Amino acid sequence: MNSPLDSVVLLQIGPVPITHAVVTTWAIMAVLVLGAFLMTRRLDLRPGKPQAALELLVSTLDTQIRETTGAEPAPYRGFIGTLFLFILVANWSSLLPGIDPPTARLETDAALAALVFLSVIWFGVRSGGVGGYLKSFAAPNPVMIPLNMLESVTRVFSMFVRLFGNVMSGVFVIGIVASLAGLLVPIPLMALDLLTGLVQAYIFAVLAMVFITSAVNEGAHSPEVPASSPSEKDQ
Amino acid sequence: MDYPAIASIFCAAFAVAFGALGPALAEGRAVAAAMDAIARQPEAANTISRTLFVGLAMIETTAIYCLVIALLLLFANPLLA
Repeated sequence: MNSPLDSVVLLQIGPVPITHAVVTTWAIMAVLVLGAFLMTRRLDLRPGKPQAALELLVSTLDTQIRETTGAEPAPYRGFIGTLFLFILVANWSSLLPGIDPPTARLETDAALAALVFLSVIWFGVRSGGVGGYLKSFAAPNPVMIPLNMLESVTRVFSMFVRLFGNVMSGVFVIGIVASLAGLLVPIPLMALDLLTGLVQAYIFAVLAMVFITSAVNEGAHSPEVPASSPSEKDQ
Repeated sequence: MDYPAIASIFCAAFAVAFGALGPALAEGRAVAAAMDAIARQPEAANTISRTLFVGLAMIETTAIYCLVIALLLLFANPLLA
């Protein structure tokens, strides 16, 4: 059986090996970008069906961001929405025969988590300045500086392992059941996988939003805590 | 006999078995508490179930960590390399 931790090198461009997951990622990116471009090319005040669906999606995202952070969604909509949509499409791409979801590989999830790590710094610095962001490490008191620095890395790492583990275990279990029992038996498991994929995409986006909000709030020294956010401390 | 290999297979099985115990109990408690809350306050069902899903995924993560450790033992074992 193939190890779920290795990645299959598909082709080589110069010195850079291109793995299977990277090619799938490119395909998903192309589909998302082209789809977004085609659907927003002719926007109308009286929306047709595709535009109505798109508006529903965007307004749902906005509502979720507003409920999680208590802030206006505009600066975060692009990043969080893209994260959510990409992970969702990537998780569900396992439904197409012959395609492994790229989120079931270590490198894709590591890249997504690194993006979240950088965006926390970016939004934190943008709201409170470099000094404000650095000072947020010394809250509630300077003894916590090493712990806060450690936490900012470990919480992102835990996001990465969570997404990888959940998607990979789904693919792995389906593979085992299909090899043991036969062709049509894993269908209920695949249905469960759809739910897991949706929930994991949602959680990744919500956690990214919560981390960004905490950096923004601490940097700006406004102690208000968002009302309905899940716990910021992540285990 | 190849003792490191046998030991790592046993350890992988134990990691998954005992690592699943805690999260299973915790998820049961979380769902029970959420059911209780929804029964008392059905109008808050949306918020409760959203928070429940996020919480369940967090709890489940501990089991997933054990699974990742087990897979590391089976497929990327540093002792057998």
